[in-house]
Amino acid sequence: MHLAAHFPGVNSTTVWSDPRSGSQIDFASFEYLARTAERGKFDFFFLAEGLRLREYDGRVHDLDVVGRPESLTVLNALAAVTDRLGLAATVNATFNEPYELARRLATLDHLSGGRAAWNVVTSSDAFTGENFRRGGFLDRSDRYTRAAEFVSTARELWDSWTPDGMPRPVAHHGTHFDVSGEFTVPRSPQGHPVVIQAGDSDEGREFAASAADVIFTRHGTLEAGRAFWADVKGRLATYGRGPDDLKIMPGVTVVVADTDAEAQQYAAEIRRLQVSPQNAILTLEQVWGRDLSGYDPDGPFPDIDPEPDSGFAQGRVRVADPFAVAAKWRALSEEKGLSIRETVIESATRQSFVGSPETVAAGLTAFVDQKAADGFILVPHLTPGGLDDFVDRVVPLLQERGAFRSEYTGSTLRAHLGLAEPVWKG
Amino acid sequence: MTTGRPLHLAAEIGGPPRYEPDHYLGLARLAEGGALDYVTLGDSFARPGPDALSVLARIAPVTDRIGLVPTVDTTHTEPFHVSSAVATLDWVSRGRAGWTADVSTTEAVARLFGRRTTAPAEALWREAGEAADAGARLWDSWEDDAEIRDTATGRFIDRKKVHHIDFEGEAFSVRGPAIVPRPPQGRPVTVIDGTTAPARAVAARHADVVHIRATSPEQAAAARADVHRLAAAHGRSARELRVLVALAVDLGDAETAPEPGLESGPPLAGHGTYFRGGPVDLAELISQWYRAGAADGFHLTPITPARDLERIVNGTVALLQHRSLFRTFHPGHTLREHLGLARPASRYALARTAGERR
Ligand SMILES: Cc1cc2nc3c(=O)[nH]c(=O)nc-3n(C[C@H](O)[C@H](O)[C@H](O)COP(=O)(O)O)c2cc1C
Repeated sequence: MHLAAHFPGVNSTTVWSDPRSGSQIDFASFEYLARTAERGKFDFFFLAEGLRLREYDGRVHDLDVVGRPESLTVLNALAAVTDRLGLAATVNATFNEPYELARRLATLDHLSGGRAAWNVVTSSDAFTGENFRRGGFLDRSDRYTRAAEFVSTARELWDSWTPDGMPRPVAHHGTHFDVSGEFTVPRSPQGHPVVIQAGDSDEGREFAASAADVIFTRHGTLEAGRAFWADVKGRLATYGRGPDDLKIMPGVTVVVADTDAEAQQYAAEIRRLQVSPQNAILTLEQVWGRDLSGYDPDGPFPDIDPEPDSGFAQGRVRVADPFAVAAKWRALSEEKGLSIRETVIESATRQSFVGSPETVAAGLTAFVDQKAADGFILVPHLTPGGLDDFVDRVVPLLQERGAFRSEYTGSTLRAHLGLAEPVWKG
Repeated sequence: MTTGRPLHLAAEIGGPPRYEPDHYLGLARLAEGGALDYVTLGDSFARPGPDALSVLARIAPVTDRIGLVPTVDTTHTEPFHVSSAVATLDWVSRGRAGWTADVSTTEAVARLFGRRTTAPAEALWREAGEAADAGARLWDSWEDDAEIRDTATGRFIDRKKVHHIDFEGEAFSVRGPAIVPRPPQGRPVTVIDGTTAPARAVAARHADVVHIRATSPEQAAAARADVHRLAAAHGRSARELRVLVALAVDLGDAETAPEPGLESGPPLAGHGTYFRGGPVDLAELISQWYRAGAADGFHLTPITPARDLERIVNGTVALLQHRSLFRTFHPGHTLREHLGLARPASRYALARTAGERR
């Protein structure tokens, strides 16, 4: 089983109102969580990315955690205070250039002794593009062709020095990029930093099957995980790759307490904190695409229709079919007599593994045994102490079961993940 | 006559390319031991070596006081990314970050990106100025107390205190706000080598520290006065700026330098005038120029860092300290504090409170 730690940041999972919640920006928080993950012998530490603050109704979102540092800079600093832990940065392929990013990633791999990973994301729109020279400029299919060419160009650069340390010129003349000259960084300890993909469309899965070492997914149930696993692993043969060449790691939450009943109760408390009254209305507004601030979170659902594509909420993953979601929520609220807030709590928050340490360890192991995942990216709800319970109470049980390592056996992230070093293509 | 100001000293730690962090850490710790204001790490996309900002981030948690100033290319990068990375260097170093804004003028670098050809230096420096301006606005875009964590109203931030910057330049536009909250120094320190005229014009407007070149104290004083005059045209006072003389130094075998002193032809392009001699000779030169009021300090580029930096710190700096011309410890924590530069208030906070008072 592979385990990674997601730094709790800008998402609705993070509970900032808890008195134990610390800074999401001070380096001490990153250091604490990374050291905890390393104490737990985790494979890697993961940072998400957002290149524009979320907005609704033209105003900056103010209810969840807002603001975060730049990932690669934080990870280089973390390399100084950790020894073995992999260091994964989410970096958009649409608003960067291969030469610069390949150089920064190769640098992180050198400076960390072979622990770098890159989560290639493509999400972009004109909203995010307003911060960049190019603006928003690519539709979804073009974003993935650019991402694929981006990764292959980066690999050409990473392979451009011979294993005995001689730089050789690169000449890449493609659809999206025209890169020629000499790379300034020798081949790094991992050969190529580990490549992660997050994204669920057909294009995204195909891109992952062709080019990624790890997939970060949102498929957190056993059935969905098994289906995703079968689909994605089935795509690998086309690219001459085997099932072990691509690790599937869903992002999951874990709530542990002494007993299952206590854990369920704690989980319910967390959900209430995640969905404040204001957040309940905002969640609705994001589906409805309109201002619902006049509605009472403890009252019944609005009887007006969603306005899709109103641009009301910006910088978030879009709701595919707002009418269907609205109908589903309305039905749930009527059927169970739930208020707006209760309905959102019931349907929009999902906790993956809740229970005693034994229950959680068994649940995680079952996912791996039943081919629903190769491992997990844990998304704690507290900064920076949110992994303490898991590391202190669940990891030892996983180790006893032989489901998870007791010591690191290698020094690079590829070694932790059981991935071969890429063959040098000179 | 002295300037009445403390002497500032900085050193470059780049040299032949090295990829092990401990090499850079060793040099930075040496400079920190000498209570220097900051170390710089030069960079260029076409020069063998690792990404400089990453290297200084890597050593930030394992150094304590020394300022960390990487060179950043503004020609082939995104101003939004650059401002985020420099702000983050400030966060991970707890207020010790700066950046040297530079341009790339060569086709060789342009071809590595394949995105644009080169442009005349004037245009590239105007663009660098825009990058510095947009960056400073992004650093101001979060007021210091924007994060409120008000559980009563459910608000994590006070969004009145987080601002779009709506920057519209010739070369690019940036809407903002920053994704990185305002860094510890408010604005990390901006350094620009003001040797060429277009660079000096931008430095006078946007830089906190300007590096100049000179072969005599008179020349240095004139260059410094020129920077001050240009800065005044932008409403900036000399108090907001530090002007450091850039010297490439070779403290190697003193026997090779029967006549210690400056050489006219700088053999290290981009690193200022070339000084050759012993550590004591260098201390003499620094003392004389400083007493003559020619500069606020010096930025020294050892031609062989591992050898010369040790001689600078244990020889030159020790002597300057002995003569009470240079401090023996860092009285503050941030690079701005070392440089005696005030922590700027956010322009948006000032505008907002002025609006509220009206
Ligand atoms: C688990 C997961 C995590 C993601 N994390 C990020 C992120 O941190 N930053 C980002 O810009 N996009 C993120 N994305 C968005 C994806 O990169 C992708 O752009 C988006 O899902 C649309 O692609 P798709 O149509 O293939 O799903 C994430 C997606 C998933 C599924």
